[in-house]
Amino acid sequence: MRLSAGEIWTGLVGAFAVGVAALLPLFDQGYYLALALNIVLYAALCTAWTLFSGPTHYVSLATAAFFGLGTYAVGLGLDYLPFPALVLAGGAAAAVLAGLVGAATLRISGVYFVIFTFGLAELVRQVVSYAQTKLSTRMGLYVFTDFTEKHIYWMLLALTVLVFITGWLINRSRFGFAMQIIGNDETVARHSGINTARLKIILFMISGAFIGMAGAILAPRYAYVEPPSAFNPMISFLVVIMALLGGTLRLWGPLVGVIPFTLVMDFVSVRFPNDTSIVIGITFLVIVYLLPDGVTGRLEQLLARIRQPRSHAEPAAVKEPA
Amino acid sequence: MTAVALSVSGARKAFGGLVAVNDVSFDVHEGELFGLIGPNGSGKTTMLNLISGALKSDAGEIRLSGTRISGLPAHRIARFGVARTFQLVRMLPSMDAERNVIAGAVFGHQRLWGAPARDLARELLALVGLRGREHVPVVAMTYIDQKRVELARALASNPRVLLLDEWLAGLNPSELHIGIQLIDKLSRQGRTIIMVEHVMDAIRSLCGRCLVMNSGRKIKEGDVSEVLSDPQVVEAYLGDDDDA
Repeated sequence: MRLSAGEIWTGLVGAFAVGVAALLPLFDQGYYLALALNIVLYAALCTAWTLFSGPTHYVSLATAAFFGLGTYAVGLGLDYLPFPALVLAGGAAAAVLAGLVGAATLRISGVYFVIFTFGLAELVRQVVSYAQTKLSTRMGLYVFTDFTEKHIYWMLLALTVLVFITGWLINRSRFGFAMQIIGNDETVARHSGINTARLKIILFMISGAFIGMAGAILAPRYAYVEPPSAFNPMISFLVVIMALLGGTLRLWGPLVGVIPFTLVMDFVSVRFPNDTSIVIGITFLVIVYLLPDGVTGRLEQLLARIRQPRSHAEPAAVKEPA
Repeated sequence: MTAVALSVSGARKAFGGLVAVNDVSFDVHEGELFGLIGPNGSGKTTMLNLISGALKSDAGEIRLSGTRISGLPAHRIARFGVARTFQLVRMLPSMDAERNVIAGAVFGHQRLWGAPARDLARELLALVGLRGREHVPVVAMTYIDQKRVELARALASNPRVLLLDEWLAGLNPSELHIGIQLIDKLSRQGRTIIMVEHVMDAIRSLCGRCLVMNSGRKIKEGDVSEVLSDPQVVEAYLGDDDDA
């Protein structure tokens, strides 16, 4: 595998950033670790979400369903299987659900997909609640492990790195190129020999699997898992907002949204605990109206505008008839 | 006579009560440049959509090199060796010319990747007259240049049959001249091409044989000069607007 100078630099900077982030628990085990854990959690979720929604432009609100499945895999299996196996099982369960949803809905257009995925997440939550009250006497499940916050933080950090590496590998593969073509023009994609339906389903499954794994890793933090928290629809909405704020055109785009948004959310939820929803709503409107391609998309537009006079002077001017 | 490349027999497609293609049959031979003509709304583009798999036929059979392709999804037909351009040019707007052409080389009848795909894309861009413009974003290109990119993309899969849907439409007279020369060059290289076209001069100068459709039906098939002087064909055109 040959790497360009830019890729090596990005890799080194990324490795350094991850190294610094990994050291954080050695300095603080309280407030800052909790905050950093939220950032890393949403970095993993938003990047995984963007793996699929970036190239396809389908907005999925099924994040909570995948996340909750992962959480429940841990809650249900903790007495029987080692934790790493449960994380994989959570990812697999989410991938299966994503595959079913994809097969049923990815042939229909974007708007219906949004509604369907939202309805699905709610349905899964209700089904789990129902099953739990019928089959057991409790509303939730206890998750007792030896993991402390720093362990969860390190595992989420590792997952985020894994999501990034996967995304990078996809982007430079035929699969990633096919997804770019699909995102540009699905008709051209089909007539160029791309099995568009199948590739979209596979990508949705990969994305869902990572979200399920994030849910599984986070389960020990809750100690007591119940449907309203594990399948909280707010997770789905926050992921969309943060990813769009950062921008979905680049793999690292969502990260640019996650960090400031998590910090602002933390501030808002402490200062105005009763008005958090209003702030989220306003933020969403602002992003959609002012930053349709996110912060990174806006930056790239500005960069292009700065570079434009130069690139126009070269080949284009020769061709243009006087 | 050379071998049959594409064989259509009894093709039919209806949209509700409107029968857009009604029992149409024809054969196209290897290396032939075959014209598909007719007034507006006569079913030419629908016929092309049936061949490329954009639409599924209601009845009849389409065979490519002897293998039945009707009923297959569009991507399988593309992999088997049918490439097409579109009536309204379709670009991949976020990419440059070279990436647009590579898109045709990776997943279709011929599956290249990496340097071979890039080399082929450059070669084809040079063939269609865009040498040195590989890295121009397609959104910054003129209409004819976009059409050239689209043609190069279709060629990049090295298709058994190339379908051109009014590829010459919308070009000004000097561009039209260049376009006709380009198609002629492809034909001389031995490409099997089916072209739907309104520009009669192009059909006359390029095609050996052609098929005329009217209201979904085949009304005439044969040598171009013979077909175009046929009274029935003349009437079909004169009954319509000034396409002829």
